This record gives sequence, structure tokens and C-alpha cells, in this order.
Amino acid sequence: MDVLNRVPVREQEPKTRAKNFDEVCLGYNIDEAVEESKRCIGCKNAKCIEGCPVAINIPEFIGHLKEGNVKEAFDVISESSSLPAVCGRVCPQESQCEGKCIRGIKGDPISIGKLERFTADWAKQNGVKPQPPKERIDKKVAVIGSGPAGLTCAGDLAKLGYKVTIFEALHEPGGVLVYGIPEFRLPKEDIVKKEIENVLSLGVELELNSIVGKSVKIDDLFEEGFEAVFIGSGAGLPKFMGIPGEQANGVFSANEYLTRSNLMKAFDENSTTPIMRGQKVAVVGGGNVAMDAARTALRLGAETHIIYRRSEEELPARVEEVHHAKEEGVIFDLLTNPVEILTTDEGWVKGIRCVKMELGEPDASGRRRPQPIEGSEFDIEADTVIMSLGTSPNPLISSTTSGLDTNKWGCIVADEEMGLTSKEGVFAGGDAVTGAATVILAMGAGKAAAKGIHEYLQGKDK
Amino acid sequence: MYKIIRDEKLTDNIYLMEIEAPRVAKNCLPGQFIILRSHSKGERIPLTICDYSKERGTVTIVFQIVGAGTEFLANLKAGDSVQDFVGPLGRPSELTDMPLSELKNKKILFVAGGVGTAPVYPQVKWLNERGVMADVIVGSKTKDLLIMEDMMKEVAGGLYITTDDGSYGDHGMVTNSIQKLVDSGKKYDVCIAIGPMIMMKFVCKLTKELDMPTVVSLNPIMVDGTGMCGACRVTVDGEVKFACVDGPEFDGHKVDFDQAMKRQQLYKTNEGRAFLKAKEGDTHHGGCGNCGGDQ
Repeated sequence: MDVLNRVPVREQEPKTRAKNFDEVCLGYNIDEAVEESKRCIGCKNAKCIEGCPVAINIPEFIGHLKEGNVKEAFDVISESSSLPAVCGRVCPQESQCEGKCIRGIKGDPISIGKLERFTADWAKQNGVKPQPPKERIDKKVAVIGSGPAGLTCAGDLAKLGYKVTIFEALHEPGGVLVYGIPEFRLPKEDIVKKEIENVLSLGVELELNSIVGKSVKIDDLFEEGFEAVFIGSGAGLPKFMGIPGEQANGVFSANEYLTRSNLMKAFDENSTTPIMRGQKVAVVGGGNVAMDAARTALRLGAETHIIYRRSEEELPARVEEVHHAKEEGVIFDLLTNPVEILTTDEGWVKGIRCVKMELGEPDASGRRRPQPIEGSEFDIEADTVIMSLGTSPNPLISSTTSGLDTNKWGCIVADEEMGLTSKEGVFAGGDAVTGAATVILAMGAGKAAAKGIHEYLQGKDK
Repeated sequence: MYKIIRDEKLTDNIYLMEIEAPRVAKNCLPGQFIILRSHSKGERIPLTICDYSKERGTVTIVFQIVGAGTEFLANLKAGDSVQDFVGPLGRPSELTDMPLSELKNKKILFVAGGVGTAPVYPQVKWLNERGVMADVIVGSKTKDLLIMEDMMKEVAGGLYITTDDGSYGDHGMVTNSIQKLVDSGKKYDVCIAIGPMIMMKFVCKLTKELDMPTVVSLNPIMVDGTGMCGACRVTVDGEVKFACVDGPEFDGHKVDFDQAMKRQQLYKTNEGRAFLKAKEGDTHHGGCGNCGGDQ
């Protein structure tokens, strides 16, 4: 066995997958998983656990895999995570668990994400579910949002025995897992739906089509008998650049483009929801969402460009996503920034005027600040422009809830340890608190808040 | 699932439905809207609220068939259910925020066009319940397309109907009716115009000349209706606003109507195509401007 190199994972061929919406990565089989797990040296003082926002006991679950005991491995993961099949697919492992792996000092770190994914998928295929609580606690908790933060918080509280109801604004549960992340990265029917069913099987109730702040207010929830509320309402309103031509037909936010394709299934010819199938698509931004939008556009048949103002090194997306995007044929126009969207007389996009950038001194974020090179304007032909620049907080909840503090950016203020907000009995976490971040960080926050809510409700009895 | 309590065909292609949705009914106010999906594979359709009963826990909607989604909906009957029904969305009409003492001194003119009569109705009714009688102009292409005349008569101060072809009421556009009322000596503190974009544009052009503050209710393309997608963005006073969370009502004199009208064309061909395809089935071979069948 080659201890320095990880067992390679099987993937769909780039040329084939660039034309379909099936999952790119095919995952390990049991032999591959066992072989990879044997590379783990089972550190006593395991750094990988520190790297995991939900602190999965990684050496222990991998230890079970070494013996081929997948069920035991799943039980270990389930103690800490409600969404292992999701995390194994979308976590930025290279900067978390795998980034801390001792094996990574000389050679490849253990493929922890792929092992987690294998374990969770095996459990699904073999009907293994997380254990429901032995005792029930007669207290109701409301969880707002059924994305990664909400599902984790609800799952943890249900395991403790609380009666949990999740309120979801859309017609399907899952939040960003359903509307944001595409099918080819995270299958909806086989993975997301099953993972949510696991959480619901713990006794969690789900109320769809309920926009907290509109359909019902937080104060109403307390009147309805809920004793604590967790806000995991997610990211908010898409940002635009504020450049000329941005309201032209053919300019979309990544949120709109991805919601049409993922939630409303517009990629499917039979869907009743339309999506613009451009010939030449320019995606502005360099995060995971930008990669998702670009790879979706590519699969819908377009020549697709990523326009990003910094260099490759600064791309905020997961390494694997950038790698996959390139393999599939997405063209990267780096150190490039749009200054104007060019339109036809009828108001449709015909191109995007950009300026070349160079990196200057590091800014407050520690990254070198990009600055325009004078006189370097040039045009890129495009009929569709997708803005993937992040989001600003949605005011629907903060503006309708008295006593709930927000910071100067409009994010809800909550402490990291317990998710406590300024309002009694109200906890918060995920993108609603941090601004746009990752699935796993939202899960970490949901987990912290579940602990906070448990302590709060236990304390209330005394 | 949300049960349809009552269904009524108002004209050839405009329908009314009363739907059970207690949370929406409890929290909604005039000026707001809902989004519904008829079935599990349907699209999300934004519709303005036409009436509501907090006691019955129901919300009434009025819609016109414009595509495959609304056509499917029109075929449902009382006793059937729609898959999803979410709201109330958007901000309530500014009138509902005003102190009653102030409201009572206001002279208010509503201008409704076509299916826009539906969202005007709850505002006029809400005012009527508070003793404020507002004048209402209703414009329709022709007599057969006129809706909700009796309902409106019950709650309006003066009701002035006009048809484009003169088949009923006055002959002409709603702008003629506004001008006539003003010429007859009527004075209004505020005008609320709801209808096709082109109608609102011309109403605003006139009321600006008349120095009459005007509120319009926009119905741009939407997906989620909660601020997440930004499809519904409109330019108001040079600033980008999202109709779903900042609106749907805006100062009509500041809306960039030309841009808003262009944006409405975005999926028209796709929508039209779905509608034509559904209606004509295998016999569809053009006319939608998109399938190439005409060439």
C-alpha cells in the first residue's frame, strides 16, 4: 500500500459530465474506503477533529472503517452530524479536517470527506438511520429555516428529546442544499431528501410555505407555545455591482439562476419554469456559488466564462470545484473586472466591458488588493451575465422582531458559543449571522445553538 | 395543500378563487401578494390579494390566464387544492400605515385597469370599512372583460367605468377619465393606479402634469418572493429596488417604466411557448415566436 498517496476517487469523465446533471464524483466503494482508511494513523491528539466545525470523532469512525464495520462508523458520525452525506460532498475539507491531517505534512492527507460520504451513503443504502431519542422532553422549539443550520439544530434538539418544528419559507425543505447547490454536486432525491427524512424521522415537524416575519412573527411563535426559537434563515438579498446596464435582460443574480435550475428544475426540458439558455455566459465572481452557476450554464450548452478580479490563488471556491470547472471547459478570465454591461437597443445583453487588474498591496482581508490597469478596457461577447457577488442580510425577520439586535451590516448579532441573541429565548446562527459562508460553518452554528437552547431550557426549569 | 373554497369564472379568461390559508389571512393587509404553485411540478406564480377573511381563514385571488401555469390553475374547482400558497408577501399599502384622523381628510382616487381591478378592491374596501369613501376609475378593453363591478360599487364613493371601445361606460382610456374628473372640479391628494405597466406609465405621465402624487403597484417577474433572487428588481428614483420586499407599491413618478416593461419581456416567449404547446399539443408548429416553426 502506498501510504503517501490517497486512493483515487472515481469520477465521471469531464467531457461526458459537461453535458449532464448527474453527480460528478462517484465516491469510494467498500474496498477503496477500507484501503484509504488504513492510511489513517489514528492520532491520539487528533488535529482533524479540531478542524471540523461539528467535531466529528474522525479517527474513531475511520478506525471502524479499517475493520469494515461501516454501521459502527456511521453511528460515530451521527453523534456529531445530522448531514454526513451532504458534508462529505460539499465541505471545504482542504481547509478543515484534511488541512490538519498529519499525513498531509508529507504526502496526501487522508481523504476524510470521501470516507464520510462513503459511510453515509452506505447507511442510506442499507437502511441504517440515526437513533431516535429514548426520552421525550415536553417543550416546543421553533427552528426557522430548513437549511444546514436549521436541520442541524433541529436534529440535535430532537435527539435530546425536544419537540421541534421547522418553519420553511419555500415549498421544499433544504434551503441552500436544494435551491443553491446543483444536482451534479449534491443529488436532491437520493441524498438531500433522504438526509432530511432522517432528521424528520427523529420526530421533527416541518411547516412549509411559512415565512417568519410575514406569515408568522417570532412573538407569535412564543404565543403559540414555543419556548425557544432558532433563526437559521440563511443568506439574503443578492448583491449587484452597480455598473451601467445591470438591469438589462440577461443579467441575473446567481441566486435566481441557480434557484430556477435547482429548486424549480428548469434544467429539465419538461419543467414549467423557464431559464435563459444562453450561448455565451459570463459569471462574475470566484466563490463556490460562481462555480456552481458557471458549471450549470455549461451543462445548459453555453460557452462559459468566469470573470474574477483577483488571481487564481485568491479564488475563494473549493479547490475541487475550480479543478472540476476547468476540466469541464469553463474559461477563467482572471484579474479582470466588469465596468459596464453592453446592451442592444431592445435592452438585451450583448457583451460585458471589462478592465484588466493587477494586484497591489494587501488589504484588510490580507489578500492583495486588485487595482485596475488604466486604459486596459476590452469587451467580452456574452448574451447572459450572472452576478455572483455574495448577498446582504434579509431584513424580513430583524425588521419584524422587537429587541433583536443587528450589526452595521444588518446581520443578526449572536454569540458563537451558544448562538445567543439580544432577545430572550431567541438563538441564531448560519449565514443570517455571519453573512454568506459555508454549509459546514452553518451546521457548526446550528449545533452550538442547539447546545445553547438546551442549556437555556434546562435553566428555565430551575 | 391549500383547499379551494370557492371558484368563479369572472370573464372569458379571468377567474376568482377563495383559498384556505389561515396564516396568510391572519397576517395580510391590502396591497400585499401571495405566491402559489398549483401542483408539485408547477411554477411559482405571484398573485395580488383581492380579498381576505380573517374569520374564515381564507384569501381570495383573481387571475388571468397568461400561460401554462395559470391555465392549469383555472381548471381547478372548489374542493380541489393547490400544492403551495405562501404569503403575505411585500409591504402593505401605505394607506394602512396612516393614522385614521389623517386618512379621513384624504381625497383618494383609485385607477384600475383590467385584472388590476382585483388588487384595488381590498384597498377601497379597507378604506370604506373605516368610513373613507374613495373614488374609483375602472378601465377595461371592452364590456365583456370588465370584472368585479358590483363588488366595487358596494365599497367605492364614485365608480367611473370606461372601456377602450365604448361598449360600456365612458368611451376611452383611464387617463381621459382622470382628466374629466379633474376638469369637473374634483381634487385628489393621492392617486393609486394598478393595471398593465403601459397604463400605469401613462397615468403617471398625466398625474405628474396634474401634480397629483401617484402610487403604482408593480408585478414584475419573480421566483421566490422573499428577496432572495433579485429577478423583480426595478429602478425607482435611480435606485435599484426589489419589488417583492421593497414594494410592490412605489412612487409612480419615480419608476423607470420603460426599463420595467423591457424586463417583463424576458420570458414572454418561453411562457408563451409553454402555453401554446400545452394548448395546441402536437399541432403546435409556430406562432409563439420562439420555436422556429414560422420560418
